[in-house]
Amino acid sequence: MREIHVNEIIDKVKDLVMDSEYKLPEDFIQAIKIAKEKEESPLGKEILDEILKNAEVAEKEQVAYCQDTGYPVFFVEVGQDVKIVGGSLREAINEGVRRATKEGYLRASLAYDPIFDRKNTGDNTPALIYFDIVPGDKIKIKFAAKGGGSENQSKQAMLKPADGLEGVKKFILQSIANAGPNACPPFTVGVGIGGTFDYSAVLAKKSLFRHIGERHPDLRVAKLEEELIELANQLGVGPLGFGGTTTVVDVKIEIAPCHIASLPVAVNIQCHAARHKEIEI
Amino acid sequence: MVEAKIITTPLTDEVIENLRAGDKVLINGWVYTARDAAHKRMLEEYEKTGKLPFDVRGQVIYYVGPTPAKPGQVIGSAGPTTAYRMDKYTPKLLGLGLKGTIGKGWRGPEVKEALKKYKAVYFAAYGGTAALLSKHITKVEMVAYEDLGPEAIRKLYFDNFPVIVANDIYGGDVFEEGQKKYRKLVI
Repeated sequence: MREIHVNEIIDKVKDLVMDSEYKLPEDFIQAIKIAKEKEESPLGKEILDEILKNAEVAEKEQVAYCQDTGYPVFFVEVGQDVKIVGGSLREAINEGVRRATKEGYLRASLAYDPIFDRKNTGDNTPALIYFDIVPGDKIKIKFAAKGGGSENQSKQAMLKPADGLEGVKKFILQSIANAGPNACPPFTVGVGIGGTFDYSAVLAKKSLFRHIGERHPDLRVAKLEEELIELANQLGVGPLGFGGTTTVVDVKIEIAPCHIASLPVAVNIQCHAARHKEIEI
Repeated sequence: MVEAKIITTPLTDEVIENLRAGDKVLINGWVYTARDAAHKRMLEEYEKTGKLPFDVRGQVIYYVGPTPAKPGQVIGSAGPTTAYRMDKYTPKLLGLGLKGTIGKGWRGPEVKEALKKYKAVYFAAYGGTAALLSKHITKVEMVAYEDLGPEAIRKLYFDNFPVIVANDIYGGDVFEEGQKKYRKLVI
């Protein structure tokens, strides 16, 4: 068994969260640069330029790219030959978030309860953590800072098998059009098709960790991704919804087996503050 | 590039009448921050006491919950939050004399009607460009509800804060008009 002390996890999670908040992934920045060249709307071009400038300033000055520093979501893959020592893994991740919030000047963006007092928890905990046990002696920690604006525009539907591929496409495109200016496009759209009601949404969120332009290994899914990128960019939403030809920079789809009666589809909208990063310990 | 109109708060009817959806505007002077929790509390208090934590007449509310300021900063990152969540409260505030709101995204029909009725404007700031926008804020003062943390009501002093007129008093809507130009697929 390989031993990993919680103190190492706390430090690495803290750095992971702070780095993600200050610096957008390089593949996303490149995608925005390419989009800026292709964008037909002059205002849209200008906005894409502001987005790039914002990314530069945030990285240079080590400040949050967006004031909504998001709901901390983690996908943690724990190798079955790892032994965590010194405390609880869940608490270590939360402590990392707590320290990143304080030392990194992040906004406290979580409410204790959804419908009663809605008092702020003050430190962005408890984080949402999905655990998985995998072979090996390492821990992989994937982090996403999920902003409220784009999460609010995300959608799930339990379609009928008879709705088929056309029904799925229509639902995805409608979700993108409805999200419009509210969710800060250009979007990266994460889609989960299949599984159960809840699992489709988890898949949609997980798909956003794939690199921009990295197509699904199943060629049928890859083709659907490409088709949806093209169609989404014909919706006219454009950068920040002011109109234009760049509505999405990517659509990423994950699929899973599902019940013979069901066709679950989830669309997780990701704004241009596309904060996703992973580390391995 | 069209030149931006420069305006200073508080806003008069004359200034409002001169603004059209799509205009680029640079705002100067004091504005107030308020988002979900502050709106809820402010209007619940108004129902009970008939008072608001600040006089809204002629003023502008910026829908923002900034990050804490780092040492040496006036304010942390401070971009707009989605405006429609405040739609429930906005017509009431416009009726009491509020002249402008700043956020991102669409407003509902009841807000658009109230903008016409009470002569007020909804401005859109560039969502997500929070590190850049904070550079146009030169002073910050706490006004009310400090316990709400990032959702407290603050006064911010704007120095040429860039926005676009999203909804004007003539029924113009920058998002609808802009998207129509580039829409090749209706879904």
